[in-house]
Formats: sequence, C-alpha cells, structure tokens
Amino acid sequence: MVDIISQYGSVFLGMAILFGFFMAWGVGANDVANAMGTSVGAKAITIKQAIFIAMIFEFAGAYLAGGEVTSTIRSGIIDIQKAGFADSPELLVYGMLSSLLAAGLWLLIASNFGWPVSTTHSIIGAIVGFAVVGISADSVVWSQVWSIVASWVVSPMVSGIIAFCLFRSVQRLVLDTDNPFVNAKKYVPFYMFLVGFVIAMVTLVKGLSHVGLDFSFHECVIIAVGFGILVALIGLFMLRSIRELPEDNLNFHYTSVEKVFGVLMIFTACSMAFAHGSNDVANAIGPLAAVNGIVQSGGVFSPRSALPTWILLLGGIGIVVGLATWGHKVIVTIGRNITELTPSRGFAAELAAASTVVVASATGIPVSTTHTLVGAVLGVGVARGIGALNLGVVGKIFLSWIITLPIGAALSIVIFFLFRAVFG
Amino acid sequence: MSSPLSALFGRSPIRPIQEHMAKAQHCVVLLGDFLEAGFKKDWLQAEQLQQQISACENEADELKYTVRTHLPKSLLLPVARADLLSLLNTQDKLANRTKDIAGLMLGRKMEVPESLIDSMRVYYQQSLNASVQALKSINELDELLETGFRGKEVEFVETLIEELNELEHQNDLTQVGIRASLFKLEPELPPVNVMFLYKVIDLIGDVADISQMIGGRLSLLMAR
Repeated sequence: MVDIISQYGSVFLGMAILFGFFMAWGVGANDVANAMGTSVGAKAITIKQAIFIAMIFEFAGAYLAGGEVTSTIRSGIIDIQKAGFADSPELLVYGMLSSLLAAGLWLLIASNFGWPVSTTHSIIGAIVGFAVVGISADSVVWSQVWSIVASWVVSPMVSGIIAFCLFRSVQRLVLDTDNPFVNAKKYVPFYMFLVGFVIAMVTLVKGLSHVGLDFSFHECVIIAVGFGILVALIGLFMLRSIRELPEDNLNFHYTSVEKVFGVLMIFTACSMAFAHGSNDVANAIGPLAAVNGIVQSGGVFSPRSALPTWILLLGGIGIVVGLATWGHKVIVTIGRNITELTPSRGFAAELAAASTVVVASATGIPVSTTHTLVGAVLGVGVARGIGALNLGVVGKIFLSWIITLPIGAALSIVIFFLFRAVFG
Repeated sequence: MSSPLSALFGRSPIRPIQEHMAKAQHCVVLLGDFLEAGFKKDWLQAEQLQQQISACENEADELKYTVRTHLPKSLLLPVARADLLSLLNTQDKLANRTKDIAGLMLGRKMEVPESLIDSMRVYYQQSLNASVQALKSINELDELLETGFRGKEVEFVETLIEELNELEHQNDLTQVGIRASLFKLEPELPPVNVMFLYKVIDLIGDVADISQMIGGRLSLLMAR
C-alpha cells in the first residue's frame, strides 16, 4: 500500500537517518581500531597520529569508494520483483530499518560484554534474516549472498598470500642482504609507490562519477601511476633524515632498518583507513539508502537510482564521530596488545589487507576488514616473520560467524514484525 | 574489547630465551669468583658465592618455566616448538652444572693442589669463553627472527658456532693436560680427594661441552 509510505514516509526516513548514523558511529567506535591497531602496535604512528589519519582517510574511503558496497547492501541482496515490493514497498522499509536497528543493538550488546563482532556480518545476517522470514526465501538473491559468504572465507586467504609474498620480497631485497639499511632506503620507496598506485587504481577504476570524475581505463592507469609516484616522492622526502647510527643498532642490528619501514607504515596506515572506510560505511548507509530511495520515490523503487551524496557524507561523518568519541580508546587497547610486530612485517600485512579490501569494495563485496587483516598477519607468520601467533584465533573467527549471523537475523526478524504490527 | 587482532599476537619466546641464556651464563661468571675464593681457601666468601650461584640458577629455572607455560601447541612459531624447548633445556643444564660444581667443592672444602691452580684458572677461563661465545650466538636469535631465519644472518651465526666448537676443542686439550698433571700428583694426595678432583675437572669441562651443545641446538633450529 503506497499509503503507508505517503503517510509515514518522513518518519521512516528520520528513523533511517538516526539508525544509520548510529550504525556508522558504531563502526567508528568499534571497528576502526582494528584497522589502525597494527600501525599503533608496531609503533610506526602514535595514537594521536592514528586518530588523525583515520579521520581523514576513513572519510575519504567512505565518500570516494564506498558506493559499490552500499549499492550491494541497498539493493543487491533482495530481489525486488520476487519480494513483491511493487505492491507493498513498506516491507522493504521495515526490513531495512529492522536490520539497521538489529545490527546496531547487537553491536552495542557485544561491545558491552567485550565480544568481538563484525559489523559486516551483523548487517548481512540481519538483512537476509528479515527477507527470508518476513517475506519469503525466494526474495533473496542467493547467488549474491553465497558469493558474499564465500568472500568472507576467500578474503583472509587472499590477503594472507599477498602478505606472504610481500614479506618474502622484503626478506630477499632488504633483510637478507649484506647492507640492509642501504637496501631499505633503496627499495622502500617502491613499496610506497605500490601503496599509492593500488589504492588510486582501484578507486579510479570503480568510478568516481558521483564526484563528477569519469576516466577511461587508460587514464586511470596513468593517474594511478602518477599518484603512486607522488606518494613515493613524499616518502623519499620523509626518509632523507633517517641515518644509520651505530648507537641505535647496538642491541638490535636492524633498528635503523625498521625506522625506514616505519615511514612506509604511515602510508599503509592511511591505506588501511581508506580501505576500511570504503567497505564498512555501507553497513550503515546501505539500508538508509534503500529507505531513502523508497520514501523519496513515494513507494516506487528503482535499484538503478544513483546514491545521493548526502548519504555517503552522513556515513563518513558518523564514522569520524564514533572514532572521536569512543574509537580512540579502543585503538589504545588493541595497540597495547599487539607487541612484537615490527614495521617490516606490519606494512606487509597492512598493504595486503588494504589491497584485498579495496578490491572487494570496488567489486561491491562487503568483507570483514578485521578478518582480512588477521589473514594477512597469519600470512606473514607463515613466512616465519613473527615470534608467536595464536592459531586459536581462526577457530574463534569461525565461531563468531556461527553466532553473529543467526543473532543478527533473529533480532532483525523480531523488530521487523514489531514494525508490521505498529505501522500495518 | 577482545578483538581477534588482540588475541592473535601471542608471547614470542625469543626474548625470554635470550634472557634465560644471559642468566645461565651469569652463573658461569659467578663460578669464576667462587673458584678464586676456593683457591685462596676463603670458605666464608666461597659459601656466599655459592649462595649467589644457587639464587641465579633458581632465577634461570623460573624463566624456563615461564617460557614453557607460554608455549601452547596452538601457537604458530617461526621455528619448531620442540627445537626451542630442547635449546632451553640445554641452556638450563649450564646453570645446573655450575651449581653442581659450587656445591661439590664447598661441601668438601675442596683444596686444589698449588701446582695445579694456574692450569685450573686457564681451564676455567676457556670454559667461560665458550659460554660467552654461546651467549653471543643466542643473542642473535632476535636478529635471526628479523631475517626470518634465512640468509646472511644464518651464515654469521654459523661462523660464531664454528668458533665455539674450536673453543670447546681447546678446552678438551687443556683438560687432558690437567688430568695428566694430577695423575703425577696422585701418590701425595688422599685418594678420595683425588677422585673428587677428577670429578670437578670433568664438570668444569662440561661447562664448555654444554656451551658447544647450545651452539649445536641453535644450528639445528636454523637448519629446519
């Protein structure tokens, strides 16, 4: 009934904005710390620097590269025709609102008890939940859902392999050589170029049309290469004052070498924040965009419609606010627990994870940044790069899927039926 | 918040193992002071030093237990867990041996014949040098971790271990000389004292042997 939309439309939109902002706040408060924790733990950046970097690059990632995943969550998971939305579009509104509320609630509860929760898994579980139970199993685009679930397994493995290769290259080119410091200063700028190039390339290729920029593939490559060179030049400038002093290297011969990699890690910290923002902002604003789409069009839903800029802005701001008010404390906690990670390892893990997540964002797949980073760290560990890693964490991750998905679904279903009861 | 990232990083055993070796080697250093007190027949001071050696060995034991309890099977390590544990055990033998020597000599207020004292000093010094070389090798563990137990660093540590083998060999030769000298003195000395003197000579040689074994275990660790 189109009437419900015209009657309560602004109420729904208001709720969607509220819940969406709440979710974005939650992402900033809980999840950003995972993206920045490795840089802080490896002592490449201070907490203050981490917060500063996160604020700028989370927002940039969300705004510039968050569109694809947001589209997936907005309209890629539920089949509009099969769900019969043309007749009762308010069901989608209820569902998206329930999903947001459910995911946000679960985030709050779990944080209170100190349980780790993936915002991505919560929202996906919630959306699939309300669609299957509230409407029909047919209404879900199962092919999309299965590919999302598959990516949750694939992304940590892929980032693990990339991290392994990156770290082995560092061993070959820098650490195993006769003069590691000289080689560090020589090769680290290339890694810096890589950071700039990958991030720019993936963001450009996916399209910045919502910012008004549209390039051909050729142009993308050229711009990305240019950006990479710019990053490398900035890096070279920052590296010039690092010298190999004998007194630094008394206790540990590689102190100066690690300092060089420390500068590189500043760049990978930026890329991690960017990647995380690009993938996780959708968890908050995807449902909001869906509700907005229906309310604005008065009950006629068109999945092809463009993503309004203000929604992306709202998501970015929400993340930054969450980070500023709560997230910085979590970064301190996580950074404190990550002890024996040095920049030569940390950068490999971060670059691998950031690249994987950014590619996922570009292809519109929502993944867990945290799990991808865990996979990357394990990849470095397999290359014998880290003193001790708890393999039990892998089991814990599987466990969290088994818990988060059903709970997210259950909460969402309950709230969905509440909405139906209240609004009809 | 127990983020998976927080839980992921375990306690690396590398630094604690280096600390343990430093502690064990310190026992060997204290043994030198003890021997000097014994040569001067200053049994009061010798007893004090024996207490210090005992305390040092206890501290080493505590470090050993700490490493062991933080090495569950579910930990992904850059080297085999069994290799690390047997390296630790061998290091521990070093501390135990010095405690044995001090305890034995103090208990019997063992007097070393005047003519043997100088050679004993040299003999102990060689054992000490072997333990210093072993400590130097073990201190390279964190550098080895940095390079992922590959390449130039491994070659460097291998040369240290070769030098260690040479030191142990020299120590063996000295032991032969001392035993020969003692053999000549046997008629003049109480037989039971002589037997225990031979025992102490063996034990001091053990310090060099164990140091060499530590090098051997390190070599094995790097090879796999």
